[in-house]
Amino acid sequence: MRVGPAQLWPDVAPQWILNLPEGLEDFCYDIYKSFIFDDRYEMYIRGLGNTLLLTAMATAMGIVLGVIIALLRATWDKNGHAIHGFPKLLLRIVNIFCNVYLTVIRGTPVLVQLMIWYFVVFASSRNGLMIAAFAFGINSGAYVAEIIRSGIMAVDVGQMEAGRSLGFGYVATMRYIILPQAFKAVLPALANEFIVLLKETSVASFVSVADLTYAGNIIGGNSYDYLFPLLMTALIYLAMVMFFTHLVGKLERRLRNSER
Amino acid sequence: MSDKNIIIEANGVQKYFSSRVSGKIKALDGVSAKIHKGEVVVIVGPSGSGKSTFLRCLNLLEIPTGGQILFNDVDITDKKVDINIHRQKMGMVFQHFNLFPHMTILENMTLAPTHLLKKSKEEAEAKAMQLLQRVGLADRADAYPSQLSGGQKQRIAIVRALMMEPEVMLFDEPTSALDPEMVGEVLEVMKELARGGMTMVVVTHEMGFAKEVGNRVLFMADGKLVEEGTPEEIFDHPKHPRLQDFLAKVL
Repeated sequence: MRVGPAQLWPDVAPQWILNLPEGLEDFCYDIYKSFIFDDRYEMYIRGLGNTLLLTAMATAMGIVLGVIIALLRATWDKNGHAIHGFPKLLLRIVNIFCNVYLTVIRGTPVLVQLMIWYFVVFASSRNGLMIAAFAFGINSGAYVAEIIRSGIMAVDVGQMEAGRSLGFGYVATMRYIILPQAFKAVLPALANEFIVLLKETSVASFVSVADLTYAGNIIGGNSYDYLFPLLMTALIYLAMVMFFTHLVGKLERRLRNSER
Repeated sequence: MSDKNIIIEANGVQKYFSSRVSGKIKALDGVSAKIHKGEVVVIVGPSGSGKSTFLRCLNLLEIPTGGQILFNDVDITDKKVDINIHRQKMGMVFQHFNLFPHMTILENMTLAPTHLLKKSKEEAEAKAMQLLQRVGLADRADAYPSQLSGGQKQRIAIVRALMMEPEVMLFDEPTSALDPEMVGEVLEVMKELARGGMTMVVVTHEMGFAKEVGNRVLFMADGKLVEEGTPEEIFDHPKHPRLQDFLAKVL
């Protein structure tokens, strides 16, 4: 039979803890059970690592996808009337696809999307982490696209005209002149999207990705006591969110002060 | 055949804007004009006369709905023509400057020549500093546009366009957005440019500039070219009643 924390406790606990009043001793035992026994703290750390990895991969994919879709949509919105013939038809069709994507992704719960990817589309693969990264990337891309599109639309039309009048083509003007300004304007919003994503990835534990939430959930189940594992899980999320929010605040202040 | 001295030739240029509210609006109704090398052509007229639209048609920032624009004998309204190549040779200065706010003055000026003319960074910067010296802004090379006054911004916008070594400069109401005390410094740069032999097409409300620097004045009203002539002809002996009416109001 496996040795449980209760049997080990009298041996591992220092005598002064065992001498504490009963309530305090129980508290120390709960801590031991939730974090130390069986090196359980490692599960939180691995889980945190997976959460960060998942968020990073999803963010990277979301930004690439978001920029492409934002460019296509902004081009259609701003220049659709000036393009003619086959390119116009192509752009119109692509834009319809983009709209369907945005509507579906933003109109359905991310957990449902994740389960569809995991249990239906990639049913033959059991690499939950990669599937979750893909699912969250697709999901985040929709939100990032709208954030970046709003940034592009907010850049003064004169900037495009100035770029074009110097002889830059549409794409080069976008790249050197419009996008840098758009990115700068929406950087805080993008950073917030990253923070939201960080918390959202917690549902990846549903498809048995061993992320931070998964660690808290499993340890809680194994030790028949969810209080400390889930509190710790929440605390780690909170600490990360506060840290990143602080960074975003710093970034915003720096952006506001530069070029003045 | 074609006159070698003509740099831009507009033939019956038309421009309609379609709007959901008011249907089709005729902004340009068959405007024809020739711009000769080394000439300063000033376009005047009441607001809504189509003068800015006409200027913007010259480098296809507005695409004409009808007519032709010949630039060095090439019909640039032809869809097969790569307009970007031709725009490099047509500098443009806007009413609202349109400097790139995320770049320093030097970066604003070197962006196009380094990417489009494949100049080295050093070469472009040397040229930029030389031009900045000419307009008295060499000390602001590392400033950002938001740190400059309107007059300084517009002088930068002019030299930014000059970095591409254009054959013709188009000015779209370059002093209209400026505080009155800054108009002079911008006009001074433009006058110097004209003295240097630059071909210029200027849409402006500065009648003094038109008289002093213009070789030819075009008067537009209601999307049509109503009268053209030397500054003396236009300002001292106006023929068309619309022009007489306009001058009575502005002079």
